Amino acid sequence: MKLRYFLPCLLIFAFLFLSAHNIRDFGSPTHSEMDTYFLRNAQEQTGANNVVSAVLFDYRGLDTLGEATVLFTAISGVLIISKTILEDDNVDVKNC
Amino acid sequence: MSKIVRTIADLFFPFVIVFGLYIVFHGHLTPGGGFQGGAVMASGFAMYAISRRIEHKALSKNIFSIIESLSLLMFAGFAAAGLMRSFFYNFLANSGLLFGETVLFGSNAGVLNTGGVIPFMNIAVAMEVASAFAIVVSCFILISIYKVDK
Repeated sequence: MKLRYFLPCLLIFAFLFLSAHNIRDFGSPTHSEMDTYFLRNAQEQTGANNVVSAVLFDYRGLDTLGEATVLFTAISGVLIISKTILEDDNVDVKNC
Repeated sequence: MSKIVRTIADLFFPFVIVFGLYIVFHGHLTPGGGFQGGAVMASGFAMYAISRRIEHKALSKNIFSIIESLSLLMFAGFAAAGLMRSFFYNFLANSGLLFGETVLFGSNAGVLNTGGVIPFMNIAVAMEVASAFAIVVSCFILISIYKVDK
């Protein structure tokens, strides 16, 4: 391997190793106000035992609505393209 | 596909669907939820469709397109139904109605009849994800039948 490829690889590896070495302990973030609020109030406010579900579908529900819309748009594209491909070949596309 | 694959796919199809439904309906109690359960159900549909390699009448794209649109509308409708307070307000939680039981604070096993609108949204998202992947698989099967074989 040439030196000019080796040096950037070494720099990136050193960066990743140092950042993994100096990472914070698991479960002790710098800003924990939001986590504490969710863990204290999610069961009472949403009635769901799964706090991840409560955040996903209740506190941050708008994000999930956007995800569902993205999926809908992608499927519309797949349907349009497949219909175009099949119509080029004069296939009977009643079911598309 | 061969007879062995078809038999095994027929045998496993109901179990895969039931497992997906379990993940969806317990989404507010255990790890999992709408996306994950919908993906499991979609893998069941894909297994069945690929083993038969035909477009089955019960798994046709028209029905799945309708289900997909209606489930997205259902998701947005449950979000808009809480508009008396705010968008995505959980109006069914702790109300005593369907899915409206009060939960105890702290770690407990959980009751299925809790969660407010979260189970309904899980079901809507699951229907959407399952029908989306089923549409993709049936499109690819149609293209492979008409463009590759002939």
